[in-house]
Formats: sequence, C-alpha cells, structure tokens
Amino acid sequence: MTTTNPRAERIRLFAQPVVVLVGLAAVLGVIASGPLDDIEQRNINVSTILGLTWQHLLLSVAVTAIVVLVGVPLGVVLTRRWARPAAPFVLVLANIGQAAPAIGLLVLFFLVTGATGFWIAALPIALYALLPVLRNTIVGIQQVDPSLVEAGRGIGMSASAVLRRIELPLAVPLILAGLRTSLVLAVGTATLAFFVAGGGLGVLIDTGDKLGRYSVLVTGAVLAMALALLVDWLGALAERYLAPRGLR
Amino acid sequence: MTGEGTVSGVEICLDQVTKRYPGSQVAAVDEFSMTIPAGQVVVFVGPSGCGKTTTMKMINRLIEPSSGRITIGGRDALSLNPDKLRRGIGYAIQQAGLFPHMTVGENIGLVPGLLGWQQQKVRARVEELLDLVGLDPAQFRNRFPRQLSGGQQQRVGVARALAADPPVLLMDEPFGAVDPITRGNLQDELLRLQSELRKTIVFVTHDFDEAVKLGDRIAVLGPRSSILQYDTPEAVLANPADDTVAGFVGAGASLKQLTLLRVKDVDLDEAVTAPTDEDPAALHVRLTMQNSKYALLLDARRRPVRWVHVRELVGGGALSTLGRPVEATVTQRSTLQDALEAILTEGGHVPVTGQHGEYLGVVRIDTVMDVIRTLREEHEHDHD
Repeated sequence: MTTTNPRAERIRLFAQPVVVLVGLAAVLGVIASGPLDDIEQRNINVSTILGLTWQHLLLSVAVTAIVVLVGVPLGVVLTRRWARPAAPFVLVLANIGQAAPAIGLLVLFFLVTGATGFWIAALPIALYALLPVLRNTIVGIQQVDPSLVEAGRGIGMSASAVLRRIELPLAVPLILAGLRTSLVLAVGTATLAFFVAGGGLGVLIDTGDKLGRYSVLVTGAVLAMALALLVDWLGALAERYLAPRGLR
Repeated sequence: MTGEGTVSGVEICLDQVTKRYPGSQVAAVDEFSMTIPAGQVVVFVGPSGCGKTTTMKMINRLIEPSSGRITIGGRDALSLNPDKLRRGIGYAIQQAGLFPHMTVGENIGLVPGLLGWQQQKVRARVEELLDLVGLDPAQFRNRFPRQLSGGQQQRVGVARALAADPPVLLMDEPFGAVDPITRGNLQDELLRLQSELRKTIVFVTHDFDEAVKLGDRIAVLGPRSSILQYDTPEAVLANPADDTVAGFVGAGASLKQLTLLRVKDVDLDEAVTAPTDEDPAALHVRLTMQNSKYALLLDARRRPVRWVHVRELVGGGALSTLGRPVEATVTQRSTLQDALEAILTEGGHVPVTGQHGEYLGVVRIDTVMDVIRTLREEHEHDHD
C-alpha cells in the first residue's frame, strides 16, 4: 500500500482521487442512461444514493472514532512498564477480533444484544477494525529510541510529559498508518451493516441481489469501492501532512 | 585548567553509594565514595561495564541508589523530587539525544520551559546558548536535528544541557559518536566554555586520552565502580596507582604528559643569533668563544630563517646562503609534545617565536627531558 519511491507516491496522491471519481462517474453514468424500471428507479436516484452513502460514511466515522478512542489509549497503556505483561493477551484478543469473519461478529453481537440499528453494526465492526491501530500504537511507542526517553527523563521531564511530548509524537506516523488500514477495513465492512438494519451501501447490494436488479447491485458495490479508495487516499494525505515536521 | 571565570558549580559528595539490582549477587556499584570539587571537571574513565555510567546516573537519579548518600551543593539529592532535581542538573549524552520532532530551538528551550520561564526569556536564552556553542541562531534555531551534522548535534546537545544554567553538568560520552577531528574541536570548545562557566562537570568516557585532555581530575574506575585512582591527569600519567591503571594509561604515558604542558611553562634557552648580513668570520669567532656549534640567523624582523654550523663559516660566501633553512618553530602556546616533535625534526632544539613570528629563544631536548624527570619525581611518593 505504501510506495517507497517519493515521486511515485506524489503522483499517486494526485491521481488516486481523480481516477476513482472519473471511474465512478462513468459507471453511474452508464447505469443512469439506460432504461430503468420501477424498482431500479426507486433505488437508483440521487436522494437514495446520497442518503445511503451518508449513512455509510457515518458508520465508518463512528467506527473510526471508537477505534481511535479505544485503540490509542489501550495501546499506550499496554506499553507502560506495569501493564506490559498484559500486552500479548490483549493483542491476541484483537487478533481474534480481526481473524473472525466480520459478518460472524455482527450476527453474534446481534444475537447477544437482541437489538438492531446503527450502533449494533458499529460496535462489532469497530472490534474488527481495532487491531491495526492498537498494534501500530504499541509498535510505534516501542520503536521510540529508549535513549530519547531517558534523555527526556534526564533533563527533568516527568513520565507523563515524556509520553505526551516525546513518545506519542514520535509514534504518530505509525499510528496514522494503522488508522489508514483501520479506515479502509471499516468502510469495506460497513457494507454488512444492513444485516442488522444498520443501513449503508450494503442495502443497495442486498436489494439488487434479492430482486435480481444487477444495476442496483453494481451501483452499491462500485460506490462502496470508491468510498474505500477515497478514504484510503485521505489516510495517505493524513500520513503525509499530519506527521511531525521533523520526521518527514 | 585555570579558568578566568568565577566558579558557578557546586560540590558533589557521594558517600558509600551502592547499586544492587534485584536478583543479582554482586553489586553493580559497591560503596562508591567521592568528593567532586565545585567548578572542576572530573572524568570517570574505565573499561565498558565497569559501572561508570551507572555511578553517574545515580547522581541525577536516573538510577536510584540502593543505599548511600548523595549531596549536591550541600543538599540531599535523594530527598528531592527526582524530576525537579534533574531540572537543576544539565545532562548531555552520546549522539546528543536530541528529539527529532522538535527544532533546535525547541530542544534547547525544553528545560527552561519546564521551569516555567516566560517565552520571551526562553527565546533570548536559546539565542544566547546557540551563540555560546558557536552556531548562528538565525541559521540554526528553526532547523530539525536531522538537518545537522553529528558535530552540530553535539553542540546543540551541550547547549540543551546548559539551558537552565545548572551548576552541575553530567556528560555521558557526549563526543563518543563523532569523527576524531570533530571530537577534538568539541573538546577544545568544552574547555573554552568551562574556562568561562566553571561548572562542576562529571564526564564519563572510556577514552583515556579524552580524560587527560578534559579532566581537572581523573577517576580511573575498575569493576563494580571501584576507584583505582583519583588524581590529577599529571599524577595518573606519571605514577599509575597499580598495573591495571598503568595498563589503562597505555603506552606513551610520558608523551601524553607532555600534552598537558605548554612551551610557556618551561624556561627557554638562548641560542647564538646573528643577522643574515653579519660577516661570517666575525660570527665564527663569536661561536668559538661561546663554545657553540650552531648559530640561528634572523631576518630583518628578527624571524628565524636558517641554522648555520660553525664548520660552514670557514669556506666563505654570504651568510644568507650558508647552512639550512629552519623547518619548524613553535609558539609559547604549543604543547611540549608538539615542541618535542619539532625538536626531533630540527635536531636537538627548536626556535620559539612570539606573536609576530619574532625569535624569543629555543627549547632544547634536555629541557623536555628535565620536565619529564621532574614530573616523575613529583608524583613518585603519591601512594606510598
């Protein structure tokens, strides 16, 4: 996903959203220009598509927020000396969360809670997408040169000041890389939210499939793909421009 | 090192300081007691793993002593909050330990910031310190560490250690990772700074030559940080306490001693001198009367130009074409080691010149030998 050649990386940063948007416009254009029947017209129209895309985005944002709010602090805690022994266990848990099929997690969560809706979809998807951020936070902090931490303590910074002003900033590039992976996972997996009435672009795919309207199915699938690629692009931008200046 | 600045350092006392790691039979540092005088540079030198760094880190409590007492300027270091204690002790480490995501200015301004200085004051201090370590503030303040050379990073590291003007500086092999030439420059720089600032500096190194060059006193440490010898560089060189210290001093101790003395510290001899236009016959008479073999010819501005042997004066010809040119001269600021080297080149003696290259006298090889002999005798009875 990351290119080492800086020039290729720059071109990609510019080209990726253009290619995605042009491709998306082409596919939607072809579908919209053909004759549409009743069912197709009810599903493929601006307000439905925008509404479902918005829902999809909200789901992804909620998942990301949960992942960041849980993954980063948990990762930080697990690198503290007193909690270090717990790190392997938590990582195993997060690994299981990612290895288990997302749809299984969703359905299990639905069965356990007996509820449906937005958060019933968002929570299991968050568990599924947690690992990259959690692992990269841990690795990001662990790879900070111990002599820098000692230098910080040696000049009189408290342990929390060292964490806040040295360890975390130096871990930011890796945390952002993890976040980018988590985001793409979240956007992709959010297509399953319709199983628990969570909405999103999965609704289009499901409808298209059940009613045999492939134009509807393709619309949903292509939109979900485009969204994932755009989110990946945003992640790349963040990695490039949010990392501390001295590290770039 | 006789400095002109007033002493701003304070005395450090370590009293039976011991570090024992859990699960280890032997102590890493065993009952270490030492008084480090205010305003002096004390160098801990010893093989790697001898506990010198551990000992130093107990002074700022990066490593907590298991037992013993440490006072800094009379205050009990072990009863203070460690973070506050460390803000009053400068700390410089190998490879500078600069924070890569902060600019040079931010790195240097960290400790003053922790101490709650006003931003304006921090800025002014950063500028002052960059000037002090020989980096142009306008050019370097906003750079990031990776944009600096190794030597520049070390300078910034020293500036950061000095930021809050602490009375005590701990330096853990701060010049260990730079090339020898830069290293020499940084050492000279530190000596210059120290002659102005007169801090108490504890300096850790495994390089004995560095210890000799920088230390007012050298502590040669053995296993478990035992003090094998704690004395001036001259004394350690002239009279190592035991075979271990002698082994560490290495070959050429006498030569190393000569780096500690300068030409201005010894008495100069007079050579027979003559202007280049003197009559060779007259010079011959003068040389014979003074029972000398060589005459040193001086030009119109009294700068040494040629050596002439008494034999060469009898053949005739102008004085300015006789003998051989002077190849090496030394100044009063040259070390005796440089002088000895020049003496060997010149053959027995070397002219000493003043600020404008004018002749002041000569240093003879006998003078240098006498100095070595005196040093030996002075320290002969040091540990009897």
